[in-house]
Amino acid sequence: MSAVGVIFSNIHDENVPELSRQRTMGSIPFGGRYRLIDFALSNMVNSGITTVGVITKNNYQSLMDHLGSGKDWDLARKDGGLILLPPYNDEYESLYHNRLEALKGIIGFLNKRTEDYVVLSDCDGICKIDFSDVIAYHEEKQADITLVYHNEKVVKSPYYACLDTDENGRLTDFQINPNIDGIANVYINIMVLNRQYLISIINNAIVHGANSFGRDILAKNVDCLKLYGYELKDYYAGIDSLQTYYAHNLEMLDQQVRNQLFGARDIYTKVKDSAPSKYSETAVVKNSLISDGCVIEGTVENSILFRGVKVEKGAVVKNSIIMQDNVIGKEAQLNAVITDKNVVIRDRRTLSGCAEYPFFIPKGAMV
Amino acid sequence: MQRKKQCVAMLLAGGQGSRLYALTNTIAKPAVPFGAKYRIIDFPLSNCVNSGIDTVGVLTQYEPLELNEYIGNGQPWDLDRSFGGVHVLSPYQAKKRSSWYEGTANAIYQNMHFMKMYNPEYILILSGDHIYKMDYAAMLKAHIEKGADCTIAALNVPLKEASRFGILNIKEDGTIYQFEEKPKVPKSTLASMGIYIFTASKLFHYLEEDDKNPNSSKDFGKDVLPAMLNAGEKMMSYEFQGYWKDVGTIASLHEANMDLLGETPNFDVSDSKWKIHSRNPLAPPEYIGPNATVQNSMIALGCEINGTIVNSVLSSNVVVEEGAVVKDSVIMSGTVVKAGAEVNYSIIDEDVVVESGAKVGAEKGEGVGIAVLGKGIKVGKNAAVAAGEIVDKDVEGEV
Repeated sequence: MSAVGVIFSNIHDENVPELSRQRTMGSIPFGGRYRLIDFALSNMVNSGITTVGVITKNNYQSLMDHLGSGKDWDLARKDGGLILLPPYNDEYESLYHNRLEALKGIIGFLNKRTEDYVVLSDCDGICKIDFSDVIAYHEEKQADITLVYHNEKVVKSPYYACLDTDENGRLTDFQINPNIDGIANVYINIMVLNRQYLISIINNAIVHGANSFGRDILAKNVDCLKLYGYELKDYYAGIDSLQTYYAHNLEMLDQQVRNQLFGARDIYTKVKDSAPSKYSETAVVKNSLISDGCVIEGTVENSILFRGVKVEKGAVVKNSIIMQDNVIGKEAQLNAVITDKNVVIRDRRTLSGCAEYPFFIPKGAMV
Repeated sequence: MQRKKQCVAMLLAGGQGSRLYALTNTIAKPAVPFGAKYRIIDFPLSNCVNSGIDTVGVLTQYEPLELNEYIGNGQPWDLDRSFGGVHVLSPYQAKKRSSWYEGTANAIYQNMHFMKMYNPEYILILSGDHIYKMDYAAMLKAHIEKGADCTIAALNVPLKEASRFGILNIKEDGTIYQFEEKPKVPKSTLASMGIYIFTASKLFHYLEEDDKNPNSSKDFGKDVLPAMLNAGEKMMSYEFQGYWKDVGTIASLHEANMDLLGETPNFDVSDSKWKIHSRNPLAPPEYIGPNATVQNSMIALGCEINGTIVNSVLSSNVVVEEGAVVKDSVIMSGTVVKAGAEVNYSIIDEDVVVESGAKVGAEKGEGVGIAVLGKGIKVGKNAAVAAGEIVDKDVEGEV
């Protein structure tokens, strides 16, 4: 088996506009020291994929800053490695609007590679998956396209597709944005297919004026193509709103979730050489994840602290997600708050959201 | 055009560190973990990089595997360079001779060709067993300005400790007129830090002379420096002010770790202007559980803390289970302290298992020694390790 990975870093940017205003979906911070793209990239690297193209569209400066040469993912390679695929536009064509156009823009990259398969993954979900298992399944079923799904409870949301399969795993239905409220097989935006086949799909789609991979290729061809579903049985966290972002972050406080995500395999991320975190005499920390470079003098409960956060004396941080290099001033009180990078909360401020509607403070704000 | 480097650093990292006992059974002293995520060698290497010195030879001899593995291609210190960078220099077999490094001066002598490859004007000699932050560029500037042949970094030590060090007796302008190795009655309190800058041509000359001398012990402090002084070379002291600690003993290693703690620590590793670089663990953020207490401590990534941690330094991936207490201690990566166990005033090496109910060490106090557990050992259920005890084998407990 040989496969090349393609990651869409921008698709779903609109899911969490608060966080993607100045960055791609892929560079949204998650889980104390990661960015969403780290999970997709680590899954590929841990599956033995050594060439990964990352498709970008706009606001990708933070993503480039995060990825660098790819060495932190062991993807600084002579052959392949991490390849950033910025959008291509000329006087006739504007930036891509959908997945098909994005793929069309990288057809040169796909042509040049020599691997048999392509693994396509978005950055809107967090899971641990071994793509070699998916490819083995794909081969066994002699599928045209294998789609990865997760069986879970869904609430109404405009951003997902569901599928049904027969007992052999072959798709019987593929619905985009169905109005389901309950348990469903949610397509998690990961698919495997033959590289040459993908190239032919793209070329064919261009000629026929198709513009949606989901609608025009998957949904329309359930009967005539061999589409198979591969079920991801482990933990999956799909992020389609600030609420789900908040909830899935806090799920990381559950040891079982951490074991499923981090156990046995490493999740790679950019390394920053921060000092280890310091807890002072007055620190009270309960049920929290603390990243490196933090200085904690106050109280932190049920929260996630990213790198370099300072919690000053008497401050109380509860049920919150505090991103990189925040300063929480003396005796400030935070509950159900998400603060973006470089936020300063002045002394004695009180901020509170609630679990359903966490209070969001944008990057660099001073409160 | 011949490419050259102004200054090449040579880091002596071959020491066994026998006074660290069980901690250096299988690793060289510079590879000993320190300060939750560092190893001792991170400090001189980071100092080099932060001082603009990008060519470093690391001389290894004793148990080099882990140290070599750690240094790798030098990328964590930004020392993977196409010209220069970090190079591990082990003893080698040559046409005319093959021998282990016989002394500090001999180790440098045997790697003369390495230094000459860079055609340097100055050589900086460092040792791999000190914790400190120092700008070598400032020292080099002083060396050049004074027109010195050799500059020795020195710091003032308390008079009662002076007889443990090489002492420099200097004139008002900093010129060294006498060098005394561990004097019984010290004339000054200015101690050599084992950091030297030589004008390269002078160093090469005296190393060659020293090699010819059959009576020499081939040591910088005992042979080369006195020989230079006797020959009338210009030798200057360079006074260093700041934190510096030789972590060659269990007590000083423990103390240096404790110096990182507190609101205004004696030694600060979080200075963004003088970053200490290291190979970082691939681990998620540390998790502090609902019943945990963590006070005045430093904790690295990947730890799972459900017990009580007070005045301690924990490296990555340490697990402390519910009801366990860790106090005044240093614990290295991957160690597990199980439910209800107590660790007091101890240093515990990597991958140790302290079974539930076991007691390691005793409450810190007058006359109480530091307990030490060597790498990978297991302290059985309800077993005890007394204060001051150094253990490098499993301790049986209840079955």
